[in-house]
Amino acid sequence: MPLTTKARLQLFRTMLRIRRVQERIESEYMKDEMKTPVHLYIGQEAIASGVCSSLRDDDAINSNHRSHGHYLAKGGDLNAMMAELFCKSTGCSRGYGGSMHLVDVAHGNMGTSAIVGGGIPIATGQGLAFQMQKLDRVSAVFFGDGAADEGTLYESVNFAMLKQLPVVYVMENNGWAVCSPTATRHCGDNVFHKGAGDRLFTAKIDGNDPELVFDTAEKAVAHARSGQGPAFIECVTYRILGHAGCLQQDPKGYRDPAEIELWRERCPVCTYQRKLLELGVLSHSLLTELEAVISAEIDAAFEFARTSPLPTADVLHNHLFCE
Amino acid sequence: MPWSRIKPDTNEPDFSNDVLLDNKAGRRIAYAEALNEALFQALSLDPRVFVMGQGVDDPSGMFGATRGLHLKFGADRVFDTPLAETALSGVAVGAALGGMRPVYFHNRPDFLLLAMDQLVNHAAKWHYMFGGAACVPLVFWACVGRGWGSAAQHSQALQGLFMHVPGLKLIMPATCFDAKGLMLSAIADKNPVLIIDHRMNFKQRGLVPEEPYTVPIGKGVIRRKGRDVTVVAISHLVAEAYAAAQELAEEGIEAEIIDPRTLRPLDEELILESVARTGRLVVTDTGWKTGGVTAEIGAMVAEKGFASLKAPIVRVCNPDLPTPSGYTLERAYYIGKDDIKAGIVKAVRGS
Repeated sequence: MPLTTKARLQLFRTMLRIRRVQERIESEYMKDEMKTPVHLYIGQEAIASGVCSSLRDDDAINSNHRSHGHYLAKGGDLNAMMAELFCKSTGCSRGYGGSMHLVDVAHGNMGTSAIVGGGIPIATGQGLAFQMQKLDRVSAVFFGDGAADEGTLYESVNFAMLKQLPVVYVMENNGWAVCSPTATRHCGDNVFHKGAGDRLFTAKIDGNDPELVFDTAEKAVAHARSGQGPAFIECVTYRILGHAGCLQQDPKGYRDPAEIELWRERCPVCTYQRKLLELGVLSHSLLTELEAVISAEIDAAFEFARTSPLPTADVLHNHLFCE
Repeated sequence: MPWSRIKPDTNEPDFSNDVLLDNKAGRRIAYAEALNEALFQALSLDPRVFVMGQGVDDPSGMFGATRGLHLKFGADRVFDTPLAETALSGVAVGAALGGMRPVYFHNRPDFLLLAMDQLVNHAAKWHYMFGGAACVPLVFWACVGRGWGSAAQHSQALQGLFMHVPGLKLIMPATCFDAKGLMLSAIADKNPVLIIDHRMNFKQRGLVPEEPYTVPIGKGVIRRKGRDVTVVAISHLVAEAYAAAQELAEEGIEAEIIDPRTLRPLDEELILESVARTGRLVVTDTGWKTGGVTAEIGAMVAEKGFASLKAPIVRVCNPDLPTPSGYTLERAYYIGKDDIKAGIVKAVRGS
């Protein structure tokens, strides 16, 4: 079923907002005000936006070191995220976490692990908790092709299939783990498209097509929510920027510039924008208005982050244990 | 006797300060029964509690600790797990974040090494790393093996590794009373708690009240009063140290035995107060000496109680070696009552 105009605009707005936030972080990173390693999501926006649009507020997500897009798409507060990147006490993790450890309990984001593959079993356990409590909530987890190297993925999917857990595994295959291409680490296609048969919902899709991601995720989430067990979606995409930091910090020579150029042409935000303009869903005036609203919101978030107080040494020992 | 069939054949020393403290009537039951009763009561009292682990529903039921629980509470709340300690530990973390209270039986500390990523990188950090936004209330349990050729990968006492990690609570009980009370405290705690038990504890019977009760985490106890030397003993070595102290009393040495019960948080005050009276310290642990529990406790006393010390601190530990399998080598490897006696004499008489 084709998406409604409202749903399409919402999807586009989410993607555009993530893109503009990432671009602003990238352009200001060298000022050294954000003293935290950032892993930017430029090029992969369709995945977080598409999947999170298929989730309810009370569904859980788990993310990874490249988490800004997931946090925002699930409903995370931009001010709290930017304050966290500025190491401020108003940050979502009060300055204890940084860019790699965002949290948003109100929207089911119970905390982000930066150990590759670490969030996968945690998401599986959240699915177990929902099932045990007979809640119809779903747990979705985003991870890269690097995490698909880790044993936790295979152990977790096995357990989720065994217990028929409501977990949606979303692999963002962006082609690179730091400077290592997928082809040197994976023996061909990943095992889930071959071995799991009809006991695991699987799909391998173009991760740069937001409507396809949304459509697939909606089916996967419905499958999981209805008690039919887990789902696995591989989204093929590309990391436009380097592994960490801003563009000028990315080491040269490990990727072919032509490859980057090819994927820049497949930019999910630009492509979707063009499509919606052609379809008449989006007008140039609406686009201008959207851009202005997002820009103002980002300005305000950076201002909030800059002017917020830094945590002081007297809170260093707080929060080790939950009282 | 194969280690898998250790039967309770000894009454633990009559420490009396456990049960009588609260004037609760105790029955003499086996260590495994005390643990089993704690789990049974926790599962009955709190619908969020569940028990998982490789073999928790098998006929031997984790040396008896989990025996029969699945029959009463069903396979949804007491279930076997795949042999995937890394991910299943993460599943426990996630279940805790999702509102449950998992108790994950890991059988042996050796297998906890496969769970280190989730225990150390995740569970221990979760509350701090997000500025207090989320809690991870879970219990991991493992039991140190010993004897019958358990060898290098089935008998490691790895508490030193875990004691090093901020954000984990680490419990090592020595009595049946504490096995039950500390298990119930651990389950009620809002933080990740690791309980490291010892197979030798399962040999003993002790007085345990039937009703549910908790033993505070972070509070040690004096098992024997003595004026001449403080002996801090861990896990089943409390009984060994007690036996050593009783024998030495005949030679005129009165040793005070401290059972810290919890290694992290450690009841430093209790130890320091004792050393202030005796002026001498022996620390004995089932783990290795270098960088381990005795090193930490010894350093703590040297740092905070140096003025009280009349003699160098003595440590009595297993040698810094993997555990050998053959029984003659095993006998040479493990420390016990006589080694602790020698340690006490050295601390008191200097040789």
